[in-house]
Amino acid sequence: MCRIGAIKSKNYIHPCKALQLMQSQQKGHDNSGFAMVMQDLGGIFEAYKDLPTLSMACTDEGLKIAEDILHEAGFRRVLQWVPETFPSNDLDIIAMPNYVFETFSYPRSYNKASVKEKEELLLDMRLKMRKALEPEERGFVYSFWPDVVTLKEIGDPKDIGTFFNLWQEDGKFSAKVITAQCRQNTNYDIVRYAAHPFFLQGYTALANGENTFYQKNKEIQAKLHRGYIGFESDSQCFLYTLHYVHRQLGWPLPYYKHVVTPLPFDELSKRDDAEQLRAIRQSLANLELNGPNTVIGVLPDNTLFTCCDAKKLRPVVVGRTDDTVVISSEVCGINEILPDRAWNTDIYPNEREIVMIDDSLEVVRWKQ
Amino acid sequence: METIKIHDTTPNDLPWKIVYDASRCTLCGSCVAACSFRAIEPKIEKRRMVFSEGDLPDPRARFSAVPVIKQVNSLKNYCRGCGICEKVCPNDAIRPVRNPDTRHPIVTRCIGGDSIKRGGRKNLTGSTRTLDQLRVGRISQMTDPSLDAQRHTFDMLAPFGRILPAKDLPLAVGPDGKLTTTGQAPPVNWIYPVIIGDMSIGALSWRMWEGVAMAVAYLNEECGLPVRMCSGEGGVPVRLLKSKYLKYLILQIASGHFGWNRIIKAMPDMVEDPAGVLIKIGQGAKPGDGGLLQAQKVAEHIMAIRGVPKADLLSPPNHQGLYSIEESVQKMFLSFNAAFKFRVPVAIKVAASATSVSVFNNLVRDPYNIVGGFFLDGIDGGTAAAHEVSLDHTGHPIVSKLRDCYLAAVQQGRQGQIPLWAAGGLGKTGDLAADAFKMICLGANGVFSGKLILQMAGCVGNDMGRCNACNTGLCPAGITTQSPALAHRLNPERVAENIVNYFLAMDQELKKMMAPIGNSSLPVGRADALVAVDQAVANRLKIQYVC
Repeated sequence: MCRIGAIKSKNYIHPCKALQLMQSQQKGHDNSGFAMVMQDLGGIFEAYKDLPTLSMACTDEGLKIAEDILHEAGFRRVLQWVPETFPSNDLDIIAMPNYVFETFSYPRSYNKASVKEKEELLLDMRLKMRKALEPEERGFVYSFWPDVVTLKEIGDPKDIGTFFNLWQEDGKFSAKVITAQCRQNTNYDIVRYAAHPFFLQGYTALANGENTFYQKNKEIQAKLHRGYIGFESDSQCFLYTLHYVHRQLGWPLPYYKHVVTPLPFDELSKRDDAEQLRAIRQSLANLELNGPNTVIGVLPDNTLFTCCDAKKLRPVVVGRTDDTVVISSEVCGINEILPDRAWNTDIYPNEREIVMIDDSLEVVRWKQ
Repeated sequence: METIKIHDTTPNDLPWKIVYDASRCTLCGSCVAACSFRAIEPKIEKRRMVFSEGDLPDPRARFSAVPVIKQVNSLKNYCRGCGICEKVCPNDAIRPVRNPDTRHPIVTRCIGGDSIKRGGRKNLTGSTRTLDQLRVGRISQMTDPSLDAQRHTFDMLAPFGRILPAKDLPLAVGPDGKLTTTGQAPPVNWIYPVIIGDMSIGALSWRMWEGVAMAVAYLNEECGLPVRMCSGEGGVPVRLLKSKYLKYLILQIASGHFGWNRIIKAMPDMVEDPAGVLIKIGQGAKPGDGGLLQAQKVAEHIMAIRGVPKADLLSPPNHQGLYSIEESVQKMFLSFNAAFKFRVPVAIKVAASATSVSVFNNLVRDPYNIVGGFFLDGIDGGTAAAHEVSLDHTGHPIVSKLRDCYLAAVQQGRQGQIPLWAAGGLGKTGDLAADAFKMICLGANGVFSGKLILQMAGCVGNDMGRCNACNTGLCPAGITTQSPALAHRLNPERVAENIVNYFLAMDQELKKMMAPIGNSSLPVGRADALVAVDQAVANRLKIQYVC
């Protein structure tokens, strides 16, 4: 079973916290990988919050292809950070030759472009690079977005941490929101893209569980948006539905819950908003989730949230202090990094709620 | 010695022979009275008995006249094998036996000069049913646990009505962050995924129809199962039209438009909307053929409901005046949508055909969003009356066609917008839950069944040519007849009870199918839950082959 975790803080935090959060839960996952998305970046990226950062693992050839694509489109590199790695035969990691984190300025022709236009451009560029790097696995483009860095690797999370020297806290590499997960998917072939968290246009999602409506979700999502591709994992569907409901349809987050775990018809028909809820349920029946799962998601405004399947078949707990909120599959992870919190204020979300945390760390429990 | 008259009809020309044991018969007459086909009659047989009395052989003959039951040698009153004689005989003295050497298909045509007509179902037997080559093979066990059919709740409803894609919904976010409705969307009713198929009140006896209607009301009001029944073509009793139970009824209009005059006249007095309107274009059991209600079944109450004289009632094979799919959408759907002020979903029923996907695509792409369901009816279903050649040799199996339509919708990202309902031999083995579940996994929103409902009621016919006399008006079970004497054989309360109990059992069984795949709502299109034990079937349906 997957274990998932997320940290949101008022202060910039180092990824070692995410490793600690996940390490204590290692008995619950199979130590086959580590993936994280960092949002609201500090350290060396703090000065470039409005400019897109490319997160990529690739070969030398792949790096050249990707950079050529961006240069041709008019992007100019303003920052490059290549993490120092510490390879060793003792480490369980299947590393790629290069790990690239580069920040770019937009093409000049986009000087007066709207935010929306820029966002569409960034997606198009990422899809183009991904496609170009796919032959012979020349590279994996995880994200190309402002204020976001993504790292995914196959191997033992502890060793991956050692390889990238992530156990050592420093001021260079930090963020206010970090989501992490420690396993490669088991449903399908192991590919780097298949490890959650998944990221698309400011939205991040990771999940602990199973999506037994994967085929239904996949078949409809594949036609809904050009960015809904890959489907290497059934958990990608969680992200695409979030993106579709919140960004494409423009509905507030609570409606994500109504889409993925709609109320039974009996309950729904007794409500004042029965008409709207029924319309949503019937029009988005193919985006419903079945099976046991807990989802953690991040919105473009860095709101962090979690919700569960309709029968609450997967665990999740939310712990907090004044300056940090942690969401974790198991409470031992929270105990590790927030040992002094008031544990009796921990929240164990039920099957009908979304727990949302905004930038002021106000925790909102919204009941479906 | 009689001269051989080779052209005389004798029992060995007929599909069934009566086996009669005079030594067990008490001559009570029950069998003769019960045979609705007049296929047996009392007769006197001349018997010769040779006997000898005394010590030495002294053979003498004695003739006697013995009353017996004999099969009628007639192509009009031939035995249908219904077995009612056997059912009523207190001494097991009589029964029909299938005649494998029958010349019936030939002699009937030779003598009658007319096509053979019958009711019932397809008689051809072929390879193993496709649905029996499918298994629910994706079992939830570890990371995704199975559900508990007894303990968990399941939401087993299916849509009837046009469903808009989310981006076209008339919804807007209000100032409080809640979605509000800004316009009108097509009506959609969520109903039980098994509809009681369209069987008209002319085809069925009034007692049968009453039994079905009672069962539907009971299932809704007492059992919480929102089962709907379709009226079939031929109208509805006015009392029902004006009652609150109309909401459980899907009104059908077919090419004969029978009964619609009465329905339209009742509209001002309706206290509930009907559950839907189903426009019947074609029927799977006799594709290309229209409805046929023979004059012998047009009883007085049928004449009243339909507004017709006593005559053969033929619905034309097609809707006169409709020349294209587009036209049908515009004319027919719009007029029925408008008739009920756009509150009642309107769907279409067609016979499965090699061209079904084109028709479906046309409807899916209609810009008016008014087609509220695609009812696809395959071969293997039943009918009250049809030409035998149609029953046996025309039609298209339902399984691959339903899958084709679903995948055509998937290809366009339009799955679910026009709900797919499938029929045609479903529940043929008596197990409708399994068939329905598999069809749902292949992409159906729900299924409909007529023939099986008759069997629940007590129909003695089967797929091997037993009875199948629904067209004659002489139904021995009182189901498809308008003869008062025959109809009274049927107890409407028992009909209702049987149907209710079957649905309750089926409901349990559907849950038992959903639990192991870990789904609490219907797995429409979840073909990944199915595996096929036949490679060709797997390829055709795009599911996993297993061996």
